[in-house]
Amino acid sequence: MKEQFQSPIVLLGSRLLSPYIMLFGWYVIIHGHYSPGGGFQGGALLAASVLLIRVAGGTRLSSLQLREVINTPMATLGVAIYFLTGVVAVLAGGFFLDYGQLPIPGLEAAWLRYYGILIIEVGIGLTVMAILIMIYDNMVKGEDHA
Amino acid sequence: MFWELELVIYIFLLISAIVALEVDDLLVAVVMMTIFSFLMALLFVAMGAIDVGFTEAVIGAGVTGILFVVVVYQTSRKTND
Repeated sequence: MKEQFQSPIVLLGSRLLSPYIMLFGWYVIIHGHYSPGGGFQGGALLAASVLLIRVAGGTRLSSLQLREVINTPMATLGVAIYFLTGVVAVLAGGFFLDYGQLPIPGLEAAWLRYYGILIIEVGIGLTVMAILIMIYDNMVKGEDHA
Repeated sequence: MFWELELVIYIFLLISAIVALEVDDLLVAVVMMTIFSFLMALLFVAMGAIDVGFTEAVIGAGVTGILFVVVVYQTSRKTND
């Protein structure tokens, strides 16, 4: 389909939906450790909210929301959160990713595991979001499909 | 869940799968695959696998549909065979 035209209705609908999808993605990540969902599903929802604007608005408009150069640092940050949590548990005297050994003062072991899984989920969500957006950006590189 | 409703979902699942295989327009095939994924997610939830259904709805009906549309735009829209 070579002829392209701007559709204000599609753009307005995407702009209306995108923040709510992103909010729901964060809800899924934050509640991932005791209800259905988790880091992967929440990250995919975050990526869907960004991809919606990218498909509807084109490169120039979507760079106002999330620039393309942020993808790689964001994916690296997610992996670093995951790995550092595991290494901190090792340095505190436990095994790798042994959340009960995390050195957060004032919490007993059950709550340490609770918050440890939450930190891991945030890292996974960031990485999944960045990688899915990166796949899209590399597929449309050089062409504008808006 | 009511078995009548599940039967209706199964019939729509078969129809969308056959249309996605047989149609010439690739964009229609992509939309049919998205519908297939969404009905599959409904069936997963009906069978009690909430997490699997959630993943299927997000990945199959959301991200994969967008990526397939991009691929269709970069190649020809009609199939040759």
